Amino acid sequence: MISQRIPILRLGSSLLVSIQIDMDDQSAVTLQDDLAEAIVRNGAKGVLIDISALDVVDSFIGRILAMIAATSRLLDAQTVVVGMQPSVAITLVELGLSLKGVRTALNVERGMDIIRAGEDEGTTDVSDE
Amino acid sequence: MSATNEQLPIATSGDVVLVRHAVRLAAEGAGLRHLDITRLVTAASEIARNTLIYGGGGTAAVERLDAGYRAGVRVSFEDRGPGIADLQLAMRDGYSSGKGMGLGLSGSKKLVDEFVVDSEVGRGTRVTMIKWR
Repeated sequence: MISQRIPILRLGSSLLVSIQIDMDDQSAVTLQDDLAEAIVRNGAKGVLIDISALDVVDSFIGRILAMIAATSRLLDAQTVVVGMQPSVAITLVELGLSLKGVRTALNVERGMDIIRAGEDEGTTDVSDE
Repeated sequence: MSATNEQLPIATSGDVVLVRHAVRLAAEGAGLRHLDITRLVTAASEIARNTLIYGGGGTAAVERLDAGYRAGVRVSFEDRGPGIADLQLAMRDGYSSGKGMGLGLSGSKKLVDEFVVDSEVGRGTRVTMIKWR
């Protein structure tokens, strides 16, 4: 199986990633690297990651999401993970992964609101893991 | 008791994805509810990755169980890796081997109904999990 590259779309001063496939670990690591570069290249202030199509988020993907959030914070951008399925949320908590430090929103619209509010204030409160 | 049996290789991170798909198909076929399918596929994904990273690769067998009065799915992982020296420690809540995962065994166990680890140092590890409908 060839690992696939997840497209990163530009939306104003934000980046939008919609994960539509069941990623293998290598694709997830590639996405993490690509996003860090894209944040700097575009001077992005926000990153929106839509995971509504993901039926499963295991500890590896969970950690990648946490690392993307931490990395983007260091690059002065806020990451919001949107669209998590309820069964995924329950399973992550049962697994022992609460994704502290990862800002979430129910959908893309609300996620954009969070990013816009963050830009207005200049800073956003995202506690460390 | 088992209806179908599928043996899958685990040699690349792409194979872990294929194991997830096979487990999902079996779970849907067995009539598990949505949340339980997510739990089982997640647990299988964790252990498939362990098999790849710690076991140096191996196999996964996915079986639909039908005992008449209850149905479910059993997934068995096998590797010929170094084995687990201290199983009790490895099963402890939040234990990490240092490679960054650490939720693997104890976390996965919580997601399924039956979870058995059989490991021998120098011989390999077998993990069997069952989720009943």
